Amino acid sequence: MTLQVDQEPVLTRPSRFARMRDSDLWHSFVTHRGAVVGACMLVVLVVAAFAAPLIAPQNVYDSAQLQLMNARVPPIWQEGGRWPFILGTDIQGRDVLSGILYGSRTSILIAVSAVVLSLVIGVLVGLAAGFFGGIMDNLLMRFADVLLSIPTILLAILASAVAMDMLPSGWRALGAAGVIVFAITLSNWVQYARIVRAQTSVERRKEYVEAARLLRVSPRRIMLRHILPNTLTPVLVAATLSFGMAILAEATLSFLGVGMPASLPSLGTLIRIGNNYLFSGQWWIVLFPVLQLSLLVVAINLVGDWLRDALNPKLR
Amino acid sequence: MIAFLIKRIGSAILVMLAVAFLAFLIFAVAGDPVEMMVNEQATQADRDALRERLGLDQPFLVQYATFVMNAAQGEFGISYQTQRDVMSLIASRLPATLELVFIASMLSLLIGVPLGVITAIHRGKWFSEGLQFLSIFGVSLPSFVIAIMLILVFSVMLGWAPGFGRGETVQIGWWSTGLLTASGRNAIILPAIALALYEITLVMRIVRAEMLEVLRSDFVKFARARGVPRRIVHYRHALRNCLMPVATLTAMNFGTLIAFALVTETVFQWPGMGLLFIQAVLSLDFPIMAAYLVITSAIFVTLNTLVDIIYAVIDPRLRQEKI
Repeated sequence: MTLQVDQEPVLTRPSRFARMRDSDLWHSFVTHRGAVVGACMLVVLVVAAFAAPLIAPQNVYDSAQLQLMNARVPPIWQEGGRWPFILGTDIQGRDVLSGILYGSRTSILIAVSAVVLSLVIGVLVGLAAGFFGGIMDNLLMRFADVLLSIPTILLAILASAVAMDMLPSGWRALGAAGVIVFAITLSNWVQYARIVRAQTSVERRKEYVEAARLLRVSPRRIMLRHILPNTLTPVLVAATLSFGMAILAEATLSFLGVGMPASLPSLGTLIRIGNNYLFSGQWWIVLFPVLQLSLLVVAINLVGDWLRDALNPKLR
Repeated sequence: MIAFLIKRIGSAILVMLAVAFLAFLIFAVAGDPVEMMVNEQATQADRDALRERLGLDQPFLVQYATFVMNAAQGEFGISYQTQRDVMSLIASRLPATLELVFIASMLSLLIGVPLGVITAIHRGKWFSEGLQFLSIFGVSLPSFVIAIMLILVFSVMLGWAPGFGRGETVQIGWWSTGLLTASGRNAIILPAIALALYEITLVMRIVRAEMLEVLRSDFVKFARARGVPRRIVHYRHALRNCLMPVATLTAMNFGTLIAFALVTETVFQWPGMGLLFIQAVLSLDFPIMAAYLVITSAIFVTLNTLVDIIYAVIDPRLRQEKI
């Protein structure tokens, strides 16, 4: 009996794409119905939001395009609805669909910035507290306790209101976005700091850190290159889930009137405006932004739920 | 136990001092109150006199100490907007908020617990999976979105319940209640549901998870083997063992609900202290903002401390743990 060698053994590494396709993470993603649906919804919504200048029928930042004769047009399938106002127009003649597209872009940008900023602050504070311990650890974590003992929404509203008041009047529109990012970050970074601190204080006692210390690696390098990568997975899961929370926080602030101004609307601002016409029959002004916001958050949470389970080592 | 009590209450007081400091900071960054109170013709001497009368010439820490002392006695100054005493303004709005939060808490238990039990018992059936899927929406959607949808459907389209205000109220001493009149009871339905929905889903998920665990335990198997009717096994034996975490959650979340009620109150124009706070925020009425922050946090911190202490009384192991 002879053994036949069919082909040369392949020595090249599989391509990046092939490695991704064979990974556990990809497999658990494809087999999770909620995650696939959520991810598809999310991609469509995000692409549509960022393509707003290309696909929206109207530029909502250009007040010259608003005409009062176009005000209060109902959606196209209703009597009196007309092209190109597919979802109708609001009280100033602003196209609801365009408002939603541009508004989603604003909401997503603010939420992403807030999550990234809180991630950076939280990870650095948590690393420092967990690595050095002692008084610094105590002070930082006591401060975190105080922040956690105030309901987050209250903290964000107060921070936003006080900071808006301090903005110079010419900066109200653009500065508002920065203020909201700051307000959400203020109440959001603590959770990352706690996760990273807990993880770091475990990691720093391990042998590989000891080895690095003996090799005279600088503390900063040990923190950033050795310990940090080992703490990131739970933080990333928390970040995905809090991305949905950040979108909601921004919407809530804008809805309450301490967020984005009407000249640079986010989804929350649109809902705030539409809410005034709830009882006068123009239901479409409020309903469609509400639906868009709900879709966005549900999509994010579907993906987040899956990620939490997929990256949880206990559930594997 | 006494050491634990002192430690726990001490840390609660520290947290409240820090919160009071934050509230105090609102005034510090908000600009000079003297400039807001005097008129154009006031001379420098007038201003200095007012400054001295308000205690603003004192060092920073002394001012903070004064603020804390006053706050501890319920003295938060006078509203910029209405020129009325802040504490009496908040006291007049407090009953509306507490009633709303109380009814919402009740709803979350009365609806959440049975739903949790049903989805646990009938696990895998279509309605149970459907409820589990729907609960994702309950957790995802912000309360103002739910509130707007409720108004749109039940108030604008169907006209079943009013979508704003509190209806007629009855005054009992300093407490005003809407629960004794028909219009008051009608008016509380929608806001209470809007506020409760998030908590209903939380309670449902917790009860479901706990039930699934308890149903697997030996004493439930034994009860079944003894031939105890299913209903009694589920509702008397199993459910009783799930209620502890639910009680904790409800108590802890009462404070959070008070804070979140401000969103619901805004949508429904419910005349509670949350609505007062939002109006104060929009008109930069700092004394009301500071008072609301201190009072809400005080309720929040007191509840959390109480829950911790009660836990320690029930379970002595927790007293040893570091706080």
